[in-house]
Amino acid sequence: MTKTINLTLKIWRQSGPDRKGRLDTYPATDISTDMSFLEMLDVINEKLTLAGKDPIAYDHDCREGICGMCGAVVNGRAHGPEKGTTLCQLHMRHFSDGDTVVVEPWRAKAFPIIKDLVVDRSAFDIIIQAGGFISANTGGAQDANAIPAPQAAAEKAMDAAACIGCGACVAACPNAAAMLFTGAKISHLALLPQGRPEAAKRAINMLKTMDRLGFGNCTNERECEAECPKEISIVNIARMNREFLMASFFSEEN
Amino acid sequence: MPLDAKIPGGPLAEKWDRHLFELKLINPANKRKYDIIVVGTGLAGGSAAATLAELGYNVKTFCIQDSPRRAHSIAAQGGINAAKNYPNDGDSIWRLFYDTVKGGDFRSREANVYRLAQVSNHIIDHCVAQGIPFARDYGGLLANRSFGGAQVSRTFYARGQTGQQLLLGAYSALSRQIADGKVQMFARREMLDLVVINGQARGIVVRNLINGQIERHDAHAVVLCTGGYGNVFFLSTNAMASNVTAAFRVYKKGAWFANPCFTQIHPTCIPVHGTYQSKLTLMSESLRNDGRVWVPKNPGDKRSPSQIPEAERDYFLEEKYPSFGNLVPRDVASRNAKEQCDMGKGVGKTRLAVYLDFADAIKRDTKAVIENKYGNLFQMYEKITAEDPYETPMRIYPAVHYTMGGLWVDYNLMSTIDGLFVMGEANFSDHGANRLGASALMQGLADGYFIIPYTIGGYLAGAELPDVSTDHAAFKETENEVQSRTDKLLAINGKRTVDDIHKELGLIMWEYCGMARNNEGLEKARNLIQQLRGEFWENVTVPGSGKDFNQSLERAGRAADFLEFAELMIMDALARQESCGGHFNEAYQTEAHEARRDDENFCYAAAWEFSGGDKEPQVHKEPLVFENVDLSQRSYK
Repeated sequence: MTKTINLTLKIWRQSGPDRKGRLDTYPATDISTDMSFLEMLDVINEKLTLAGKDPIAYDHDCREGICGMCGAVVNGRAHGPEKGTTLCQLHMRHFSDGDTVVVEPWRAKAFPIIKDLVVDRSAFDIIIQAGGFISANTGGAQDANAIPAPQAAAEKAMDAAACIGCGACVAACPNAAAMLFTGAKISHLALLPQGRPEAAKRAINMLKTMDRLGFGNCTNERECEAECPKEISIVNIARMNREFLMASFFSEEN
Repeated sequence: MPLDAKIPGGPLAEKWDRHLFELKLINPANKRKYDIIVVGTGLAGGSAAATLAELGYNVKTFCIQDSPRRAHSIAAQGGINAAKNYPNDGDSIWRLFYDTVKGGDFRSREANVYRLAQVSNHIIDHCVAQGIPFARDYGGLLANRSFGGAQVSRTFYARGQTGQQLLLGAYSALSRQIADGKVQMFARREMLDLVVINGQARGIVVRNLINGQIERHDAHAVVLCTGGYGNVFFLSTNAMASNVTAAFRVYKKGAWFANPCFTQIHPTCIPVHGTYQSKLTLMSESLRNDGRVWVPKNPGDKRSPSQIPEAERDYFLEEKYPSFGNLVPRDVASRNAKEQCDMGKGVGKTRLAVYLDFADAIKRDTKAVIENKYGNLFQMYEKITAEDPYETPMRIYPAVHYTMGGLWVDYNLMSTIDGLFVMGEANFSDHGANRLGASALMQGLADGYFIIPYTIGGYLAGAELPDVSTDHAAFKETENEVQSRTDKLLAINGKRTVDDIHKELGLIMWEYCGMARNNEGLEKARNLIQQLRGEFWENVTVPGSGKDFNQSLERAGRAADFLEFAELMIMDALARQESCGGHFNEAYQTEAHEARRDDENFCYAAAWEFSGGDKEPQVHKEPLVFENVDLSQRSYK
């Protein structure tokens, strides 16, 4: 049932990367429970704008949970309290009248804050550039059905490929590790026959790059898996480790 | 200037091969002497940037998001068409070509569409080689499903996330080129204008969205892949940042804009539920493979769907169109849903919705099978509406989704400005007056992987391109224009927010230039838009400064362009006194309420030329010549 609720928001405000930030308090009144969390922030921003104040900066784009642009830590949970949900798909019906809601940006050394809730996640792009691809130039491909791929493997590859690169795994991890993100891409490509020729090189280069960029290590906390909006399994981290070990010991790449 | 589409001679099936041979080449060592700017990193831009870099060109790529992986192509759900005929059900290049021309209600170019069908198979081959995890059958071969407007299963898919997977494929290819130093990537940049020198596109001016800095970038050619203009309606299935600014700025610099009134209203979206709403969410057309669309037979029936017995349900698409059933093209499905709601048969609180029911499919195939095909879509629906579509039918209503209109381009995908190429949804070329489902991904990748790599070489090899740098006076002048526009927006200090005015524009467009249009309404809308534009420039408020991360300023610039562009859409709709595809003028309909074309007078693409200042733009007509298909009244009965 649709109803309206009143909340107290405590939102991280920080005017730039090197500035000091703080939590500011904003009342959120008459919030329809059918609103998404971002629509609720829109409403706050409209009010701030009309009052001549600086609206809250937050990243968002598709608002249907697929682009990976949005994200914030809500009451200590990346993307908020609902399982398997991005912030844009989190609806206000999951909050109660009178709640206090604390909203903070992703916090990780490798994700510096740009403004308020907006962080710089370009480190993820750099990890992909280190090997998250199959080196197939346009034009030379054989018929798409020439190499069958076992259905079960293809399904697992798709499970891993569903990663939206939002960074929640890093934000949720006490070590700010990017293992789930990196593991998902390595798994996606390693599970498909087309991805095998570069599998060893890919695992070594992507992991090295991940470490260099200041992400932490995995200590099996499983927070990443719990907060991933696409519910990507840590099995992918195990597969990455296996690929890395095999590459380190047995491949021609090392 | 007469409109020359530069369509090669010869029989339809041989045009592209012939053109490929006739296009001039640049030898591998010389390609590195050319710089190419690609704006936008969706399927068209991402694939183009990667492929051009593979060939050896120096590419500079720009995107508005924080990463090229987030372009809105990512949200495409259902699939991508190709004429592989793997299911052995009678598909062919010719059939894909014919379905697409017919689906577009005979308002597209034969030669372009045929080429699209020809390269469609290469796209699938390439995407598999890239590691796209397409759905497969038990034997490990690729699976297909059906989409609207076709009687064959030619759609390849990766669950309900096909756009995401294809985009990540293009992004991975792009990433490889970035690592190789062949592509320079500029994220969080918004193109605010084009720089034209001696009649040639030679660069762009962008705003760095992090620090507000205005930057100049030069090149030998510019490729625009900046998507469609659906957000002129404010509420659409587009991403929040999708906008017309880049396309509209180049229109003002001399690129003609074709068929702006051709917009697609997608039949299966989650209905509007409140004024605070920021966007509409699509439920993939693929759902119509298994879902059945119905409304109660009796107007005003307020019973819950489970209480309405079979005999009192009206499966209006299946009844009216027995051969295509629920899989009629989008424009037809949307208009029929509206018609049912106009008759008072709509469902839900607002009565502006119809049911999409999976009960029969679940009974037939089991819940597990349906979940495997559409799980993520059902989950998305449940999150938004708090209703479980496995138990109760989805409620859906049409919403703005795609724009077939766009910048006019010739067969080489070059606009009316030399050296400015336009691809993907941003151009007008392949979908006529209505796009078939799963064809946007096909077109974006066709343009980027398999067309521009050849045609841009032909241009560069034949053009005289004097050395220019960003110190050129034209860059300075363009930068000044951009700067003064930004300053003007920040100085208004009025009382209404950007979104408030943009929402009002959206309501005007939806009411008068949406699913059904009439001359009186269009005239009225034109006045309303002019007034609203006046109010915007006097009464909008844009907080903050131009030298900072300022999302309000970003939105203000985009809304300002939508307010001008909306009027061009209205003019185009008024000039086209017929109905075709997504453009439905109530005065022109058949007895069965289908769009009635006027091929004698309107079988052309309308290309609008900016005339400067407040002067009326001029319309130019490119006649559409059909030598290979018969112009017929579309029938899906």
